Amino acid sequence: MAIPVNLALGLLFGVGLVVSGMSDPAKVLNFLDLAGTFDPSLAFVMGGAVLVAFVGFRLVLARDTPLRAPRFELPTRRDIDARLIVGPALFGIGWGLGGFCPGPAFTALGLGAPGTLVFVPAMLAGMWSARLLAERKG
Amino acid sequence: MTSFTPLASFIGGLLIGLSAVLLLLVEGRIAGISGIAARLLPPWGKGVAERFAFIAGLVGAPFLVAAITGAPVVQTVSDDPPLMAAAGLLVGFGAVWGSGCTSGHGVCGLARLSPRSMVATAVFMTAGFLTVFVTHHVIGG
Repeated sequence: MAIPVNLALGLLFGVGLVVSGMSDPAKVLNFLDLAGTFDPSLAFVMGGAVLVAFVGFRLVLARDTPLRAPRFELPTRRDIDARLIVGPALFGIGWGLGGFCPGPAFTALGLGAPGTLVFVPAMLAGMWSARLLAERKG
Repeated sequence: MTSFTPLASFIGGLLIGLSAVLLLLVEGRIAGISGIAARLLPPWGKGVAERFAFIAGLVGAPFLVAAITGAPVVQTVSDDPPLMAAAGLLVGFGAVWGSGCTSGHGVCGLARLSPRSMVATAVFMTAGFLTVFVTHHVIGG
């Protein structure tokens, strides 16, 4: 059951991205263009998602264990290090250049726009190099 | 110019949040797309098939939406390959280097009131705003 359940959750997440407009780089770039053709729609995406997650996470975490794993695995770090500034800064620059973050880029993959077909492999290469570099540094 | 769609965007956001809540309920994990995607590549650990299934769901989503609504999903993607290659590298590297992206920090982390996610979200939003300001209003448009 694990594979169909995860497929369904990916579909649900992706449908949310498409319905919200977040899968369209033009809409993301307009959201980020405060001084120009500003489209505030994406604030409503984040508002809706955080609202559901804020309530839902508390309901779920009232349980002792998740359904399919022995325990919840939540990030526990609270320190603010240089990587937490450098990583999001690079991410934000790339987001502002292409209008894609990782989730929307995957929803765009099957639509086959040339820009997407360049972006996704480059994104995976970037992720892979960051992961290998982080694991080497420990 | 894209039109302001508060209702559709809010409903889409609710669905994204619901998926994140259900993933936590089922797998006990945070729905960070960059974390899931980074583990599609070797060395492979436990749960890689589930992660491939989740990403396959993302890829299939526009086709499900098009089938339900009867209208194709419209998007405008830059066709400048060097720009998109640079954007992809920055997004991929930055998301993993900073332990999360728009979903992991921006949705799940904020909902958990994580101080690290608040900092990360503030930094990537600011960087995004500044980047678009420079590319659209300083360099040209």
